[in-house]
Amino acid sequence: MNILVCIKQVPASSNVRVDPVTGVLIRDGADVKMNPYDLFALEMALQLRDCFGGKVDVLTMGPPQAKDVLLEAMYMGADDGMLLTDRRFAGADVVATSYTLSQGATAMGDYDLILCGKQTTDGDTAQVGAEMAEFLGIDHATNVIRIERVTDAGLDVIVNFEQEVYNQTMEFPCLLTVEKDANVPRLPSYKKKKQVDPARVRICTLDDFADQDATHYGLSGSPTSVEKIFPPEKNDDRMKLSGTAAECADQLVALLADRRLI
Amino acid sequence: MAYLKINHEKIGAEEKQALIKICPFGAIVEEDGKLNITSACKTCKLCVKKGPAGCIEFVEDETAPAIDKSLWRDVIVFAEHDGAQVHPVVLELLAKAKDLTKQIGHRVCAVWIGDSAEGAEELLHYGADVVYTYTDAALKDFSVLPYARVLEDFIEKKKPCAMLVGATNIGRSLGPRIAARLRTGMTADCTMLEMKDNTDLVQIRPAFGGNIMARIVTPKTRPQFCTVREKVFSAQERTDAAMGELVEMAVPELPEGSVVNSVVKKEKLQSIADADVLVVAGRGVKKQEDLEELRKLADLLGGQLACTRPLVEAGWMPAHCQIGLSGRTVKPKLIITFGVSGAVQFAAGMKSSDLIVAVNTDPAASIFDVAHVAINADLYEVVPLLAQKIMEAQA
Repeated sequence: MNILVCIKQVPASSNVRVDPVTGVLIRDGADVKMNPYDLFALEMALQLRDCFGGKVDVLTMGPPQAKDVLLEAMYMGADDGMLLTDRRFAGADVVATSYTLSQGATAMGDYDLILCGKQTTDGDTAQVGAEMAEFLGIDHATNVIRIERVTDAGLDVIVNFEQEVYNQTMEFPCLLTVEKDANVPRLPSYKKKKQVDPARVRICTLDDFADQDATHYGLSGSPTSVEKIFPPEKNDDRMKLSGTAAECADQLVALLADRRLI
Repeated sequence: MAYLKINHEKIGAEEKQALIKICPFGAIVEEDGKLNITSACKTCKLCVKKGPAGCIEFVEDETAPAIDKSLWRDVIVFAEHDGAQVHPVVLELLAKAKDLTKQIGHRVCAVWIGDSAEGAEELLHYGADVVYTYTDAALKDFSVLPYARVLEDFIEKKKPCAMLVGATNIGRSLGPRIAARLRTGMTADCTMLEMKDNTDLVQIRPAFGGNIMARIVTPKTRPQFCTVREKVFSAQERTDAAMGELVEMAVPELPEGSVVNSVVKKEKLQSIADADVLVVAGRGVKKQEDLEELRKLADLLGGQLACTRPLVEAGWMPAHCQIGLSGRTVKPKLIITFGVSGAVQFAAGMKSSDLIVAVNTDPAASIFDVAHVAINADLYEVVPLLAQKIMEAQA
């Protein structure tokens, strides 16, 4: 079984804010890491390969330094990596990102199964998997907690909905997004780190894609646009309780009693 | 294509450094003595707006064909249901859609997909002008390919202006699938929605993974898709009379989807989303044992204990008790947070609560920006006192 796992490099810190005076974004620290949700997808892929053979490749899109996230996946056991990096991919929204990834996946090879994390910690949209499947013209299932059965033709997966759990049969090729805590991801191995040949990461640009129309990528290929960014609204209708802790507690209890909350 | 143009002739050493510094994504770099913008660029345009004047400009896309927005009418709500009951988020979206359509004179409609239309009529009591129904035995359980085909058929025939989808696991699977098929915008987890006179839907959500909100529009394509979580908006009261009509739609030829072998109802966990009162533990709680005091307080108030992401990550609390973008969205009558800093991802999951009380030792904590009642104190002092005084008041 040949599996492709899509991963993303995300900021390690969520401490990004807008300077209220200048309107400039401030990001504390430039540390990055692999999107934690992707670890479950990668682990699921590695376990499938361990059982059924085949290959696990990893794909990402990002700036040149996103190569590190592919290497990290390879230290965990992935075989080959592909980085999609091009100035023309910049400013992509969900549609353009998913389309770029689908072109990258096609350029990289033929896969039976594509796995993604259920969402990223920086975008939190949980949409790229479904959109990518649409662009590839294959079926998809989101929030997969387990693979129940694997056959030559496909697999039975357990899908987590809010009120229900589905057991459904998917035919190859298909794309799954993997639920958080679906498994316990392995750690990168020092031994693999010594063995992995960084040349197994292929760097791709738009020139390597089947669709060469630049208006399908990046900002031009994005139907949505950010009109404005702003700091979260402050609540002006605010009451500040002061005094000692006991005085504050008294005032709060009085307030709650007044509102019939106790 | 639209792009950021670097006017190298205007850029001296000083401007160079200023521009490199201003980019929050580190996308402006110096290569061979010249500035370049890498693919880390998120097109936030800060370099254009706040950087040295004229150095980088945004060149608009002029060739994009404009669509005639007046041909795309009505705001549609995807009527998710489980065969017995419509999902509560649907009623909330109907109320919001009513609000959005007021100034543009569009109707509020719903699309119902299932093996029967039983229950669809109920939506007419919650503000829907028309409920379009697609019924077929093959549509009994959710499977993304047939469902997406139905929505595609609906959009081809009715050309809606916007489509509001609940941010449920089904909504997040189906919505993006059909948005991609039509190459139109889909904005996830909106926390506010506004309508412009030109029918552009302004979708507001936390962005860039930080303490930042973004106004997002889909200016050149239709329909405009967005998802919204449960309890972000409020449903309107049920009206006694049904106000609109049901319209049965012919089901198009359906593609074969994945086969659903079994559907098991989950045991209903006590959900923090259903509680009227929530006590929330944040990172200010020092040890897992200390949660007991907070749980007692929650019991006294007839409520439940919830928490922030770090406590779930530490294994102190189960994931279903987490509030925020990666947890649940809640809207209780009363929420009291203890030692919660108030990151925007957390606030997005609770800020529409009726009464928000925050206790934190840091007077600058952002939780105080959303709180109605701010108590700048140590939770370890306040909690026992509060518990004691509530007991006295109740006695």
